[in-house]
Amino acid sequence: MSVADRTARDHESARPADPGDPLPRLPGHVSRGRFERVLRAGHFAVTAEIAPPDSADPVEVAERVQLFDGVVDAVNATDGSGANCHMSSVAVCALLTRMGYSPIFQISCRDRNRIAIQGDILGAAAMGICSILSLSGDDVSVGDHPQAMPVFDLDSISLLETVRVMCNESRFLSGRKLTQAPALFPGSTINPFVPPYPQRVRQLRKKIEAGALFIQTQYCFDLERMRDFMRQVVDQGLAERCYILPGVGPLPSARTARWMRSNVPGVHIPDAVIARLEGSSNQREAGRQFCVEMIHALKELPGVSGVHVMAYRQEKHVAEMVRKSGVLGQRVPWYPQADAVEIAADFHTPDTPDTQPTAAQSI
Amino acid sequence: MYVIRQWSTRHAGMLETLYLGLSPALFKLLVLLSQVTGERLDGVITWLEKILKGLLFDCRMCGECVLSSTGMTCPMNCPKQIRNGPCGGVRVDGCCEVKPQMPCVWVAAWEGSQRMRHGQRIEELRFAVDRGRTGTSSWLALARTDPLERKL
Repeated sequence: MSVADRTARDHESARPADPGDPLPRLPGHVSRGRFERVLRAGHFAVTAEIAPPDSADPVEVAERVQLFDGVVDAVNATDGSGANCHMSSVAVCALLTRMGYSPIFQISCRDRNRIAIQGDILGAAAMGICSILSLSGDDVSVGDHPQAMPVFDLDSISLLETVRVMCNESRFLSGRKLTQAPALFPGSTINPFVPPYPQRVRQLRKKIEAGALFIQTQYCFDLERMRDFMRQVVDQGLAERCYILPGVGPLPSARTARWMRSNVPGVHIPDAVIARLEGSSNQREAGRQFCVEMIHALKELPGVSGVHVMAYRQEKHVAEMVRKSGVLGQRVPWYPQADAVEIAADFHTPDTPDTQPTAAQSI
Repeated sequence: MYVIRQWSTRHAGMLETLYLGLSPALFKLLVLLSQVTGERLDGVITWLEKILKGLLFDCRMCGECVLSSTGMTCPMNCPKQIRNGPCGGVRVDGCCEVKPQMPCVWVAAWEGSQRMRHGQRIEELRFAVDRGRTGTSSWLALARTDPLERKL
């Protein structure tokens, strides 16, 4: 199919014929992705992290992503998180776009230099990836291959600038022209929960100046600190310049919480949270309940545009937690089988009252 | 040497004054030397820069010195070599996630910049270094740029 045919078809239909194709680009949007649409439409967005498998089997990716059907707007594919080796994030994202999902391509600066990263950005855009998350990345010393060479040719802000140059100026960093610029919705991360606290807002400002349009934060277990951070963000007008999605996740037990606090870089868990888990007869359940309450509370914070759920090894509980929190209201985020569900719902409307939210309300 | 490096951060204001006071004359001298001797003294000047900045700042000779914008703290000592820090892994005590004994380079940089007249320059975006310049002299590079574009 020629480029002209594709463009013509995009204007005809709001939904692409091939689920792997990006959506038509709306005015004022920088990408053709569903995630940007949801945020710009003013919806409270939910994203979740998928753990790339230690496998060459694409079915494992499909099985993992289906757990999030109907509750998330985009899926983050991590890039060797914790400096551990897994299937590459660009490949996971490419598999996800082929299935019709809206992935967020995480790029860490740890493993690739500027030549590899720019190549991956072009390749990702060619595979229908529309959102990108720039990270510095964990050091190799904390992962399962401490013998590896840490690259860190760019940092997360330089990577954001690289994305901006490629998307807006249609060139490589070298100046060489691209025949087709990628159209990407760029984002990055902020950790408001570690020192130096006063500088975290300035760091956010820098990332916005470098081009970040959305921010996903490290795990939020301390609502007061998040509230304090968001107050400064809103006061300085930064919440109008980017969408902020605090990170959340269920703690499996007090013991794991303690371990995470001392072994996972950047994770801050207040004593009160650990005490609450210890005082519970079912710690896993209590951890999930805390997460549900956190999601609900974060929605009420001014300047917060969504949440990012990182439920490592508890992915099967993400849907239940998001539903319990009630943050989506009647909205059902679109997923590849949503249209089929919608058709099935149409067949049943004479018999069953339409109380269940349907995919018709989805984006 | 963390001890001397930390001393430099604590005295960032004094070092800045010294640098701003001496650098115009020193750069004039460097320009002159460079014009008269060409590249013959490059090795000696680079060695001098390495020794002096190595002692005071644990300089890594990246070739694109930003000490006067980063609180007199060399960002190349960050294990991730972040030029726009800090990263999200800083420990509660302000130390580095990779080297727990080392105070985070960027925590120190922000502290140092508070003591400097042009401390706000830490907020400028800085693109990643040109790795081709590793090991070369920033002083000579500055001396050989157009004086109108030279930013001390």
